[in-house]
Amino acid sequence: MAITRTPPRGTAGPEPEPEPGPGPGHSPSREAGADREASPEESRHLTSPLLLTAVLLTAVMVQDPVRRALAAPVMQSWMTVFVAVVVQALPFLVLGVLLSAAIAVFVPPSFFARALPKRTALAVPVAGAAGAVLPGCECASVPVAGALVRRGVAPAAALAFLLSAPAINPIVLTATAVAFPDDPEMVLARFVASLLVACAMGWLWQRLGRTDWLRPPARSSYAGQSRGAAFWGSVRHDVMHAGGFLVVGAMAAATLKAVVPEEWLRAAAGNPVLSVPALAALAVLLSICSEADAFVAASLTQFSLTARLTFLVVGPVIDLKLFAMQAGTFGRAFALRFAPVTFALAVAVSALTGAVLL
Amino acid sequence: MRRDPRRTVGLDLNRQAQAALLFLLGATVLHAGLTDLHLRYVKAGLRPLLLLSGAVLIATAAATIRYAWRRGPREHDAERHREPRISWLLTLPLFALILVAPPALGSYSATHTGTALQKPFGFPDLPARGPLRLGVGEYAARAVYDDGRHLRDRPIGITGFVALDRTGTPYLVRMTLNCCAADAQPVKIALTGEIPPVLQPDTWLEITGTYTPRRTRDPVNGGPVPYFRVTRAEPVPPPPDPYDAT
Repeated sequence: MAITRTPPRGTAGPEPEPEPGPGPGHSPSREAGADREASPEESRHLTSPLLLTAVLLTAVMVQDPVRRALAAPVMQSWMTVFVAVVVQALPFLVLGVLLSAAIAVFVPPSFFARALPKRTALAVPVAGAAGAVLPGCECASVPVAGALVRRGVAPAAALAFLLSAPAINPIVLTATAVAFPDDPEMVLARFVASLLVACAMGWLWQRLGRTDWLRPPARSSYAGQSRGAAFWGSVRHDVMHAGGFLVVGAMAAATLKAVVPEEWLRAAAGNPVLSVPALAALAVLLSICSEADAFVAASLTQFSLTARLTFLVVGPVIDLKLFAMQAGTFGRAFALRFAPVTFALAVAVSALTGAVLL
Repeated sequence: MRRDPRRTVGLDLNRQAQAALLFLLGATVLHAGLTDLHLRYVKAGLRPLLLLSGAVLIATAAATIRYAWRRGPREHDAERHREPRISWLLTLPLFALILVAPPALGSYSATHTGTALQKPFGFPDLPARGPLRLGVGEYAARAVYDDGRHLRDRPIGITGFVALDRTGTPYLVRMTLNCCAADAQPVKIALTGEIPPVLQPDTWLEITGTYTPRRTRDPVNGGPVPYFRVTRAEPVPPPPDPYDAT
């Protein structure tokens, strides 16, 4: 019945279904028109609450075969890691979403105009250093940075904040100090390298970035709504949106954790030149929360300190989960350009910082 | 890029469906936080945040229903803009948590990951004599990095689960978490002495025995693995927090 109407693209399939970006030939007005045409149909056809109910009921009915299919140890550990990443990240995502809704609704744009220097070149390091006050991991910083852009903060400054906040806040630095009791210079190196990467990316965006790469704000304004409606509307939208991309990132991280054998790491650790890019790639693939990555880095004892610094600098600025969430918030056109440059810059800066400080 | 309106009808989540999904998600998170379920995936310290986020999700669902109802259906339809279809993916963690509730990481991960034994900052004094109860990580650290100073010539009890490597060598393992199960790493103790003849991987055992200076290397990463001479092994139910509390 209802299920047969589901298109083959599947509602619960592993494939992400990003919104069409603001690419060429895409006209929002036509899209909206198509939606309006669809509205009368909706009453006669399938509505999303009905579809949701159908999906839930089907899942309950087929749970036994599904459980049997998932009984293989590799599938079980995949699921455990997947659920763990989601459960770990969700509270921080919710906190970030609350904060971003508060910024979007209760903080007037004039506040940021006063708080940040007029010149973007100066606003970038100020915003980067301000990242130190957001005590959370990268899941919280993405929605907050999105809200900053919508509030009229220069994208370059908001991006510097996005990159620095997960890496240099006090919780993360304390965790780093605890994880490396014998190497206190690791904390300084992490702080310096992460802030450098954030500022450099901000300045780079100011120079080369084009606004049409950034998706225009999804919600133009909350004018005409009460503050409560605007606040909860923002929370709902951000949780649904960023949450979906979080699931994509969690699936990717769980898959790679199940697939990449540890023997490869041992082979890479023996080679000082190869070890830096190897740990950088690992940081991207594992998508570990920045509050915990220091402990993982500390356990990779076969690698040099510089390689481990790279792990700590790359992880908070770019990983699979973060890439999916950036694509969701700022658009695919942005994420596809921003992520590779961030990665290359983070590797280069941490290798240099490691050579000087460690 | 243009979507066929007929085909996509119902695929874009409307407000009611979003509210239902948010409510289910919040209720699931609350359920995981209120029971021991969350301990399979994250550290106990995350519990207050989990409960808080569950409550916020439910409040968001309630607010969504309230404002959608107050505005009335007509205005609602006019304002409807494309809601991300990616939100459907949020049903996956729901199913995973409610229907499957995957177990804590066990012997499969343990045998595919090298031991993560690290030198601790120091070794607090243990009671001078009498039987000892130690965690897997504590025994391994004292045996490898403290030459078993306080461990010699006394009965020791340890709880962990069984893992067998490719050659069938039995280990007693406890996984340690830094943050969540995604970064779980095992600490292993190799078993010798009176090992039960049939060992099922993932069985939880409480073993009693004595220290032995014998050591080996982890086949995966070459990390140090101490031996333990077993005198008695009893199956026990898995503890509420399956991970090592370090």
